Amino acid sequence: MIEIENVYKIYRMGDAEVHALDGLSLTINEGEWVAIVGPSGSGKSTLMNMIGCLDQPTSGSYKLDGVEVAKMNDRDLARVRNRKIGFVFQTFNLLSRTSALANVELPLVYAGARDRRKRAVAALARVGLGDRLHHRPNELSGGQQQRVAIARALITEPAIILADEPTGNLDSKSGAEIMELFHEMHKVQGLTIVMVTHDPDIAAQCERVIHIRDGKVLSDERNGERRHVFTIAEEVAEAAETAGVTQGAGI
Amino acid sequence: MTFIESIRIALRSLSANKLRAALTMLGIIIGVAAVIALMGIGRGAQKAIDSQINSMGTNLIFVSPGSTNQGGVRTSQGSAQTLTYDDAVALATEGLSAVAAVAPEVRNFGQAVYMGNNVNTQIVGVTPEYETVRNYAVQSGEFINAANVTARSTVAVVGANIVTNLFSGEDPVGQTIRINNVGFKIVGVLVAKGGSGFGNQDDQILVPLTTVSARLQRGNFRGSNLVNQISVQAADASQMDVAIQQISEVLRERHKIRFEDDFTVRSQQDLLATANQVTGVLTLFLGGVAGISLLVGGIGIMNIMLVSVTERTREIGIRKAIGATRGNILAQFLTEATVLSVFGGLIGVGVGAGIAKIISSAPLGGTMVLNSVVGADSVLLATLFATAVGLFFGIYPAYRAASLHPIDALRYE
Repeated sequence: MIEIENVYKIYRMGDAEVHALDGLSLTINEGEWVAIVGPSGSGKSTLMNMIGCLDQPTSGSYKLDGVEVAKMNDRDLARVRNRKIGFVFQTFNLLSRTSALANVELPLVYAGARDRRKRAVAALARVGLGDRLHHRPNELSGGQQQRVAIARALITEPAIILADEPTGNLDSKSGAEIMELFHEMHKVQGLTIVMVTHDPDIAAQCERVIHIRDGKVLSDERNGERRHVFTIAEEVAEAAETAGVTQGAGI
Repeated sequence: MTFIESIRIALRSLSANKLRAALTMLGIIIGVAAVIALMGIGRGAQKAIDSQINSMGTNLIFVSPGSTNQGGVRTSQGSAQTLTYDDAVALATEGLSAVAAVAPEVRNFGQAVYMGNNVNTQIVGVTPEYETVRNYAVQSGEFINAANVTARSTVAVVGANIVTNLFSGEDPVGQTIRINNVGFKIVGVLVAKGGSGFGNQDDQILVPLTTVSARLQRGNFRGSNLVNQISVQAADASQMDVAIQQISEVLRERHKIRFEDDFTVRSQQDLLATANQVTGVLTLFLGGVAGISLLVGGIGIMNIMLVSVTERTREIGIRKAIGATRGNILAQFLTEATVLSVFGGLIGVGVGAGIAKIISSAPLGGTMVLNSVVGADSVLLATLFATAVGLFFGIYPAYRAASLHPIDALRYE
């Protein structure tokens, strides 16, 4: 449950003040799949960073599962990022020179968890990379790298997945495969997904689309045609199969 | 995150840039190796000097003449201002309980000639007691005896080096050499003792003390049997202080002294202490100089760590995004710096010990060998210092890394 109320984020650039978030209010319920769309400079990335506890609002209230984040210290924020939130970035943001397995293990290292290796292997298998455990990011395709990133985001079993243009750097086929993974996450695991995108096709696959402009919510719509969403996903899956690409074992 | 985990992460990121890590470590390696080697050499020098002093004999007390000028007051004619042979005789014959033996000596430089070869060396006038008191041994022939002293005989005992230099290694006993144009018959050869900081003991010619004044010092000799030094052997180690006291009393009596002594009495321990003080300062100085290079190595670590933090800004951002705290990042970079310095330190200890060993095996002129000593304390000190240097110079870069804002770090290109 994400509750954002009258939040401001103000940057100073020289003499000018930039209101990246300008009195924005928003509530996202558990299990929702939300797309945040808007032109560049609209504040959607700032909103995303704030939801992800990477940044704190200048003023206003942000409650994550009823806990006020705006007043948390660095250590608590790190803990929330580690346990409650999984990030998927446009540029994957994997550690280079580090194997897929080690990348996926990393959140567990900071969580101090046991059975790290076993869990990381399982997570990679779930995104269909069971045979790429020891490959480094530069030995993987873009789609595969994003799968590693998704495995990393899922490994601590967070309630919320934040995805910032997850398909932005991928060709359409890999992008469709990644979207398939998101559908699985949402449908099977019931994860809350917040996805920043400017691709209308991607937004159309989400349950709810929030338009942001100038740091404010411009519109907040629900996609009634959920059936259509699944049709696209199925089409993509079929297309992939006919192209001879073996899909991952699924989630 | 556990300590072992931190070290594993540090090793992984260091191994990603092996050459850089090696070069950074080199600074620490050189610093620590220099500390270890130079301190080892200093210790070696100390040990060599100690053993030289100890080879002079046991329980020794050295009496030498003091200043002849007492506060600018001119002393009257006939009062003895320096040590004489008679003083030595008195010390030996007054029945001092703590004194076992007395050996006076007079040293001069002179030229010794044999069959067209000649050497300039020390001609030492001694008595038979000199042999035992100063721990000499004769390898062939015999030492100067009491009869030689009484008769002022022109006989000589030569050091091992003299045999080499003047007689080309042949046994010289029975041969005659000329010292200051006086013929001396060689009666014995001394066993080699090895060089010392106080003139080479193997490079001297011993003659009866009385012969020096009678035969060699004619012309500038004023008749009162002057000696340079009287070596006194105490009865045993516990009697040293008593012996010094007794010697001083006898000499004050004989020299009619009321205020300031005109002689100096020093024990072997005093010599040792002085020598150790000098070599101790030398060792410290060498260690200090080497310590500076360790410091420079530390600055090298800081430099590389700063570069590394900038280079890995994005990595830091990623780590923070997936749950690393400031403390985790700080620990990661501190561990990297410390791993560099500890490994460098350990390798440096090995290299330093190797250098010390090589220097030990190389003879330093003559028979003197510097057995450098690499003590556990200097190893510990150097390693601890290296670790401290790594920590100290790692703190700032690690702090910079930890303070990075996750978003700025993630956006960094």
